[in-house]
Amino acid sequence: MVSLRRTFAILLRQFYLIHGSPARVVPLFAWVAIDMVTWGFITKYLNAVSGSGFNFVPSLLGAVLLWDFFIRVMQGVTMAFFEDVWSRNFLNIFATPLSISEYLGGLVLSSIATSSVGLIVMLVLATAVFGLSFFVYGVLLIPYLLVLFLFGIALGVIGCGIVLRLGPASEWLIWPLPALLSPFVGVFYPISTLPAWMRYVSRLLPPSYVFENLRAIVLKHPHSPYALFWGAALDLAAILLATWFFSSIYQHAVRTGLIARYSAESLS
Amino acid sequence: MHPAVLTVRDLRKRYGATVALDGVSFEVQRNEIVGLLGPNGAGKTTTINMILGVLEPTSGTILVENTDIAAKRSQVLANTNFAAVYAPLPGNLTVIQNLRFFGLIYGVKNLSARIEALLEQFDLLAFRDTKCGVLSSGEQTRVGLAKALLNNPRLLLLDEPTASLDPSVARAIRLQIREFAAQGEGGVLWTSHNMYEVADVCDRVLFLSHGKILLAGDPRTLPAEHGKDTLEDLFVTVAREPLALERT
Repeated sequence: MVSLRRTFAILLRQFYLIHGSPARVVPLFAWVAIDMVTWGFITKYLNAVSGSGFNFVPSLLGAVLLWDFFIRVMQGVTMAFFEDVWSRNFLNIFATPLSISEYLGGLVLSSIATSSVGLIVMLVLATAVFGLSFFVYGVLLIPYLLVLFLFGIALGVIGCGIVLRLGPASEWLIWPLPALLSPFVGVFYPISTLPAWMRYVSRLLPPSYVFENLRAIVLKHPHSPYALFWGAALDLAAILLATWFFSSIYQHAVRTGLIARYSAESLS
Repeated sequence: MHPAVLTVRDLRKRYGATVALDGVSFEVQRNEIVGLLGPNGAGKTTTINMILGVLEPTSGTILVENTDIAAKRSQVLANTNFAAVYAPLPGNLTVIQNLRFFGLIYGVKNLSARIEALLEQFDLLAFRDTKCGVLSSGEQTRVGLAKALLNNPRLLLLDEPTASLDPSVARAIRLQIREFAAQGEGGVLWTSHNMYEVADVCDRVLFLSHGKILLAGDPRTLPAEHGKDTLEDLFVTVAREPLALERT
């Protein structure tokens, strides 16, 4: 049976680490704030030079905000996991009654807490400084945010599994994962812009359905009523796949003794 | 009759063609301190890792108070704890943060009171808000021992717990572990390369060599039974000439 107390312990540990650590606090909001400011001015400039009357703020700045939220969710999971990697804490933590589902649950709670900070900062900047109104997206914005959140969690858990399997140095493979996906999911352009093989990949990625349909809503184009369903279904599949992937890697680590001697020296 | 705190039956571990542990069986009874001795690479840490559930045996059974760790991992590990020199607590958390974090994971009741008692017991009150990473190795060892006793474990595993302590602190720690074993309901499995310490602390010792238990008995009488003057002489023989002992 899952213990909420043990899951909460992982969140509390993350709070302890962030509390009073500027090196951990600043990244929670600084990079997303810089993104908002940069893209806010780009959209203002585009509005001025296009002269078409088309408002780039909801389509571009809104897209950047949602994409940054997704990245923060993913990194919220991986950052909490990396704390155990950096402090070489696997033996201490996995020789306890903590189960894998409780551990992953704790990483998800940590991600909710840290990504919420980034989301709030982005919302404040985008709405107060650049006039982004979320009313243009309608009520569908909330379930679409949830689709991005769940996929961010799934990608984060997969990233943790990769680092557990390949060692601490593979951390550098994890940071660029969202950038690797971004061309496929149409953050800034319609999926129809892509060549056929890339469109096939897009169909397997939940964020594609989010950006494609929110763009359609902003442009007042017809949008697919099934998009949300497909996004959610793919999310569910991604979460199950990610959990299976991490559990399999963990079982392999227990079989080979990797958990007990996990370090950069033993894995490279 | 209470069940043994720890029962290990025919434990084996293979890494490909390499046999790390070859049919090890032993028990640790309530209120007993058992020393697990042997040269480097004999299989001591492998055994401890398997009891802690972080290394899967190729075959064999591990029971803590008759509960199989393979079947009920969380339940078994809630009643087990350990301290090892190679597993310091995260240096980026303070002493009290580490104890609170692990206390929650082990489900310790009245956690604040338990932490205060352990801070006092291990002379850590002055370091409660100090990050573990800046403590001396001796202080870190004491924090590790405080963590190991947080949940009042039935089974306490100590892998060279006094390796980085000065003789005075080491003696105090040995006394505390003896008190833990004598007064509580737990048993202790202790590894050490300090034979003086082993003879002082352990009720029984097991000598491991090449993944097998070669000798077992009372550390105070075992050397004489094998024609040696001291436990250290016996250890050296186990390390250098295990076959000679197998024949006796």
